[in-house]
Amino acid sequence: MTFLARHRIILPVVSLAVLLAATFYMQPRAMSYFGLNLLFNLAVPIALATIAQMMIIMVNDIDLSLGAFVSLAACVTATFLNDAPMLGLLILLALVLSYAVLGAVIHALELPAIVVTLGMSFVWGGIALFILPSPGGAAPGWLRTLMTVKPPFAPMAVVAAVIIAAVTHLLIMRSGIGTVLRGVGGNARSVARAGWSVIRLKALAYGLAGLFGVLAGMALVGLATSADANIALRYTLLSIAGVILGGGEFTGGKVSPTGAVIGAFTLTLAASFLSFMRLSPDWQIGAQGAILILVLTARLIFRQKGSEA
Amino acid sequence: MTEHERAPLVSLTDAARHFGPVRALDGVTLSVVPGDCVGLVGHNGAGKSTLVNLVNGGLAPSSGTIEFATGGSALDAGVRSVFQELSLCPNLTVAENLRISHSALKGPNWRRPARAEIGTSLDTIFPGHGIDPNAEVDTLSIAERQMVEIAIGFAPRGTEARLVILDEPTSSLDAGIADQLLVHVKRFCASGGAVIFISHMMGEVFQVATRIVVLKDGKVVAERPAEDFTRQGLVDAMGHVTADTADATGTARDFGTEVVRTDQGLIARKGEIVGLSGLAGHGQAAALARLYLSRSSAWRAGKAPEVVFVAGDRQRDGVLPLWSILRNISVSILPQGARHGLVDREGEARVAQDWKTRIGIRTEDVANPILSLSGGNQQKVLFARALASSAPVVIMDDPMRGVDVGTKQDVYAMIRAEAARGRTFLWYSTETEEVCQCDRVFVFRNHEISAELTGAEITEEKILEASFEMQEAS
Repeated sequence: MTFLARHRIILPVVSLAVLLAATFYMQPRAMSYFGLNLLFNLAVPIALATIAQMMIIMVNDIDLSLGAFVSLAACVTATFLNDAPMLGLLILLALVLSYAVLGAVIHALELPAIVVTLGMSFVWGGIALFILPSPGGAAPGWLRTLMTVKPPFAPMAVVAAVIIAAVTHLLIMRSGIGTVLRGVGGNARSVARAGWSVIRLKALAYGLAGLFGVLAGMALVGLATSADANIALRYTLLSIAGVILGGGEFTGGKVSPTGAVIGAFTLTLAASFLSFMRLSPDWQIGAQGAILILVLTARLIFRQKGSEA
Repeated sequence: MTEHERAPLVSLTDAARHFGPVRALDGVTLSVVPGDCVGLVGHNGAGKSTLVNLVNGGLAPSSGTIEFATGGSALDAGVRSVFQELSLCPNLTVAENLRISHSALKGPNWRRPARAEIGTSLDTIFPGHGIDPNAEVDTLSIAERQMVEIAIGFAPRGTEARLVILDEPTSSLDAGIADQLLVHVKRFCASGGAVIFISHMMGEVFQVATRIVVLKDGKVVAERPAEDFTRQGLVDAMGHVTADTADATGTARDFGTEVVRTDQGLIARKGEIVGLSGLAGHGQAAALARLYLSRSSAWRAGKAPEVVFVAGDRQRDGVLPLWSILRNISVSILPQGARHGLVDREGEARVAQDWKTRIGIRTEDVANPILSLSGGNQQKVLFARALASSAPVVIMDDPMRGVDVGTKQDVYAMIRAEAARGRTFLWYSTETEEVCQCDRVFVFRNHEISAELTGAEITEEKILEASFEMQEAS
């Protein structure tokens, strides 16, 4: 058992550090309070969405509707939550609950999550278009203030990342219920044999995903000040990539909340890094993919070395 | 001991469990009192696992009753089970796995007591185990995982373990560790616990059991104190007493050249029906899969395949559920009939029609979807798929699972006819009756061949003898 295989968090940290160093080398002015905030503030909603995706991947499912769901949450935030806070809050709560119900239904009917969530992505997208047919709305003032707050020492994005990572680490890695949730991904049968209701656990995991999805939508509106039904569609794939980049696995309940946040930040930084390299935006998505493949290859090599040893 | 202490922990009265028409357990009366160590033995399909699942509350009986000491559930009564197939969460640490089955561990710092509890349990059962409670389970060896699972089974977990069911607990442990476990089982029973011990190692059963229960065809056929059994008596009790079927295979035939020989010692000659037997999960399916994969290319299907495979697990690796019966049959022979890479539709239909009548698939039209057929007929389609190809060797991985008696007779006849025409069959079966149809039988135990039987030697008694470890567990 090598050091790297035991501490799967090291590779994501190293990836982020290398990318950060390269960025600072190319653009030294980014190495400041203001620069860091500019680099990373859009990573906060992505990190929240990645945590949401992680909750689903933790129980061996995958969520293809997350981008549409975050968009919907953003639309609700920019309209109802701004105009009628109580109603907005209720709608957001209903969204979280509907995610929990979705999880229960997927488990009870043994449906493939990939199909159900793909279908649901059109439902979420449709509702979002219904609420906000054209880009618009406004961020509630308090949310805007929260997302543009300037804490001492470190910029908002960095502080938010630390808080998100710490809270989810406590929830998923340290708490008893988080351990059982990871157990569902590892071996659902043994969890059921120990007397747990797997359907409730799955509903809980999906409910948590819904909660973090809603938070991602709210954070996004706080930064963008308005919303659009398609505002976060690319989050679906970004969040999946973030989870994997952060040391998670598609199956087996192996996830890392800290890693997921780092993965989301790495992906955001990769986009900025490519801009600094004056790469045409046409090539950026491809280059982002190349970075992803590079990191995953490194991980695979380390793991193979680890299992040989 | 007071009356209360002798009250049974669990008592089954005429408990039965049916799965559809299959009577997995057919009226069992059994009670386990504190201090009991019950050895449970029986051949494949005798109902051992079903009985275990009734006792641990995993299944409810179809009829009859099951009562626990506390009047509540199996969990309240302190019934624990340790399964043969590993049931830990590999992504969690040893201590976290204890948490899964120990919901009383609460509070912000539940890890410390969890580590202490599993550590103590491991130390008690396996002194000198060297397992770190913080290690993730998938970094442990199979034996260590089994040890952890046993330790979790015996751990107090907030209440107290009162009846622990051990299903083949020593299958992946070496002799020294297994001895530690046997010593602990005796100590546990002496201090008022109870154990149901299932093992294919006769030596172990005799070493720990105070009472031996023999299951056969879902019924208890013998239940006596361990001292009253001899090893031979036990094997006899497990077997059928029915007339031997030796005359069916009595006619010795001449076989051609050797066509299969593996490193493990598996040999088959042309025109021979070779059976693989032994308890389920002792490496028969793996041996066949290895043989099949070594004889077929992963890259291209040749025009004339050397081997074909008949799957036993239809849903997983047999039936193509969205296709018609015709296509399910012809998929193995498409390369032979193809012209310029295009499927010969007429030839395909001809072959399917031919096999529909030869093997008696009960359908009006072979264009019907495969799922319109009953399980037995789906299996016939899989046989047709294999036999339609020109492969000289046919590998069958327990193909008769869930097939009715009529179909079985049809297929036996088909197999004998094909063998007479020079094909070789390798046939793994969990049913001894089927294995007795073979010309030569290899009995597997612990992933190795423990006996090779031919001709008149092929009897249920001999197979049972070879499936169970008869030596002392050293």
